[in-house]
Amino acid sequence: MSEAPIAESPIAESPIAESPIVIRGLKNQFGSQVVHQGLDLEVQRGEILGVVGGSGTGKSVLMRTILGLRPPQGGQIEVFGQRIDRAGGLESLRRRSGVLFQDGALFSSLSVAENVEVPIKAQFPSLSARLRHELALLKIRLVGLSAEAAPKLPSELSGGMRKRAGLARALALDPELLFLDEPTAGLDPIGAAAFDDLLLTLKQSLGLTVFLITHDLDTLYAICDRIAVLGEKRILTIGPIDEVAAFDHDWVQNYFHGPRARAAQAARR
Amino acid sequence: MLVCCFTPGMAERPTIETVSGSEEKLRLAGPWRLDQADRLAGEIARLRRPVKALDGGDISALDAAGALLLLRLADRFDIAPDAITLSDQHRALLDAVARAQAADDREPVVREARWRRLLAHVGEAVVETWTHGVQLLAFTGQTLVTLVKVLPNPRLWRPTATVHHMEQTGLDALPLVALLSFLIGAVVAFLGATVLRDFGAELFVVDLVAYAFLREMGVLLTAILLAGRTASAFTAQIGTMKSREEIDAMRTIGLDPVALLVIPRLTALLIMLPLLAVFAMLAGLLGGMLVALFSLGIPVEMYISRVYDSIELRHYLVGLVKAPLFALVIALVGCLEGFKVGGTAQSVGERTTSAVVQSITLVIVINAVAAVFFMEIGW
Repeated sequence: MSEAPIAESPIAESPIAESPIVIRGLKNQFGSQVVHQGLDLEVQRGEILGVVGGSGTGKSVLMRTILGLRPPQGGQIEVFGQRIDRAGGLESLRRRSGVLFQDGALFSSLSVAENVEVPIKAQFPSLSARLRHELALLKIRLVGLSAEAAPKLPSELSGGMRKRAGLARALALDPELLFLDEPTAGLDPIGAAAFDDLLLTLKQSLGLTVFLITHDLDTLYAICDRIAVLGEKRILTIGPIDEVAAFDHDWVQNYFHGPRARAAQAARR
Repeated sequence: MLVCCFTPGMAERPTIETVSGSEEKLRLAGPWRLDQADRLAGEIARLRRPVKALDGGDISALDAAGALLLLRLADRFDIAPDAITLSDQHRALLDAVARAQAADDREPVVREARWRRLLAHVGEAVVETWTHGVQLLAFTGQTLVTLVKVLPNPRLWRPTATVHHMEQTGLDALPLVALLSFLIGAVVAFLGATVLRDFGAELFVVDLVAYAFLREMGVLLTAILLAGRTASAFTAQIGTMKSREEIDAMRTIGLDPVALLVIPRLTALLIMLPLLAVFAMLAGLLGGMLVALFSLGIPVEMYISRVYDSIELRHYLVGLVKAPLFALVIALVGCLEGFKVGGTAQSVGERTTSAVVQSITLVIVINAVAAVFFMEIGW
């Protein structure tokens, strides 16, 4: 060990230490209907950010805009310090992030293992087929599915298993940034709690930053580091859950202090 | 070397080298990541000498792919994963990967050899065809029983639905059936004219067109068009209801889906297909007539009287008697495939395709059998 290596704690020194997602003055509009206006948001490295808001406040639109699936009418979005509307920004976003859509959005004609292999094949075509398959199996196991699920088609899986398989595909490239759109919607409470635990474990062991859209109060209380509330075309408030719950706004008060919220709060670990 | 070009400054390579002084210790360094996985797998495979310890303290970046390879390396030399020297952060990841691998040590299902899969596929197809046939027969029986129950009981008739389907399957299809029959009639006449002109027997073009359309083409064309147009519509309609659990809802309310959905469709098609077939025959004859007039100079009066003279009523009946049979096949296949739809949108598409293929095949097969039959009995 004579030649001292340069990096003692490598991750801390690795290229970007600033926030993975920075949004400034975002404007989204469908026809004459303005969904977002002057929206600012910063997602910090290593956090699970829960995004909540009533129906129609544009949670999914926000996620689709960050992912570059929908060009905004104004404002700018930086992911990993690169603007996504500039050359190279989207490529780096695609390589360093994973997305779990609402019902998994697994390719229905491919088996679970093949689904997980798709991003690997797309980004690293030179990788040998065996290693790729082994990696896919590892990701399938990491999300708590057994290897028996690997050759199955998505239609042969239950809703909860489909979500896990979708998560395995989102994790295929070892992303630093994970986008989840209502991951616990449609799961039974036990399945939802198990999914929350899984996310927390993965976040801790893989060092993920998570952008999480959810309606599930249990999820918010159990795993989110910060909560962002969407409303009135912008982020109403953002911060740890206790601060957000104390925010003086009708919707926020109803949301965090209704009967369901009290139950979730009581169940908080 | 097509890696490395994505994130500048990350071009360093992972290394595996023996530590000077202690031959049995490997020092691992550099990025152990997915983009280097191929190189690492190769280097690990090339290691020959036995190793007793692994020092991964200099690994600059580790991801799940790297962790998998690291575990594989440790496993090869019987080193416990805990004995690998690692930074705390990488340790957490390695443990997570090791846990995931250990939690499910069942062997992944190995895919069978290609020829065995091919053979299995052929076998499956045979069994599937057989069960399809059995299912279709059973469904035919079920429908006929229901029909017998419904017919004497006017309260169970569903005139509105029946008329609706008559419009959709019959009236709406009329322009298409007429146009295509007209064109085919003209083509048959042209074909006949080309061959028969050499023999100076142009007048027999009339016989050709009339025989063809009254006995075979009129009803066959109609049936094939309706198999494509109506069987698929029936499957899609019933299939969509099935996938949205509407059929189950009907059953729980105590309604019979066969009486409610199949009987009106079947009745509508039984009435409309023969009528359409008659129109198809007329359109075909008209097509032939125009070609005869303009291309062969056979006047309209002569064409009509020739049809009267040479064609007997039985030819018309031989054609028309098949129409209800075709209607039965098309309606039953279409409805049955609809009931077979599973939960997904994809399966609606698959079943629709299957309904069209099956009904067209059955129509052509039945027509061929009927042709042989009528020839043998001398009609």
